[in-house]
Amino acid sequence: MTLWHAVIAAGLIALATKLAGYAVPARWLQNPRMHRVAGALTVALLASLTVMNTFAEGTALHLDARLAALGVAALALWARAPFLLVVVLGALASALVRWWV
Amino acid sequence: MDELSGKAPARAGVRLSGLTPAVRMGLSIAVATGLYGVSFGALAVAAGLTVGQAMALSLLMFTGGSQFAFIGVVAGGGSASAAVGAASLLGVRNAVYGVQMNHLLAPRGWRRLLMAQLTIDESAATTLSQQEAAEQRRGFWTAGVGVFVLWNAFTLAGAVLGDALGDARRWGLDGAAVAAFLGLLWPRLKGREPVALALAAGLVTAAAIPWAAPGVPILLAAAAGAAWGWWGHAR
Repeated sequence: MTLWHAVIAAGLIALATKLAGYAVPARWLQNPRMHRVAGALTVALLASLTVMNTFAEGTALHLDARLAALGVAALALWARAPFLLVVVLGALASALVRWWV
Repeated sequence: MDELSGKAPARAGVRLSGLTPAVRMGLSIAVATGLYGVSFGALAVAAGLTVGQAMALSLLMFTGGSQFAFIGVVAGGGSASAAVGAASLLGVRNAVYGVQMNHLLAPRGWRRLLMAQLTIDESAATTLSQQEAAEQRRGFWTAGVGVFVLWNAFTLAGAVLGDALGDARRWGLDGAAVAAFLGLLWPRLKGREPVALALAAGLVTAAAIPWAAPGVPILLAAAAGAAWGWWGHAR
């Protein structure tokens, strides 16, 4: 699968998923269990992506400047900074650490 | 009639500017969300996508979390199919929003397709925050169309900017990706259970990274999350 194929396929699947909510009988999705699954899936995936982008270097675990970005972002979020500021601070943190070390 | 009575000024002001509470909320969410399309565009290019591919994701996929997941897997060296898998699983919640929007707004014909494409965290949240049917409708369209237009405009700006910046690591864009994922996760960590789940998913990922192909650890964490939701206690 080339990257373009993946982009188109993932885009169509996303649209089909949204349409499914409008098309399938409400009782299939509108129940406590499906709400829990959708919610848990979202939290698990975002946590996993955070860990992967912080520690993975190919198939190895690696500690580097990205750890500073994680710490600074957590502090900023705790202080209720808006999303865009959190992202910029994360970039600054890892750029600065890489520059100093 | 009320407009002529003494207590009219506030209401007349609203009428004049034409902005109801749902429209105001939709617009402010659209601006806040649209702006961080810049970070998506820049990170997509840093992950190795072309400007065209970044735009295709924002136009067609149009759901921020899944888009970040897609480029997150690609940036980590994961396969294209792992990127599709992670993005698709993260989009499952949009189906749940779809059921709620369909129930509240009951679109017909071509509006249903358009409404489905605009069904994301922000438009669903704006709709659900309103009590009155007409306000729910206005809130949905304002947030949905507003985020779509701004998200795509700023994705383009970010992608072009990212292209010009060159070496992503020197500018700390890998750190920006880490911060973006934590920023998407953070608002969902309300209460003890989601925190425990996030830690468990993080541990599963870290444990799987050394022996699984890139991208696969994310799918394992997703499976663990789905199982947690399926068998977890209702509270």
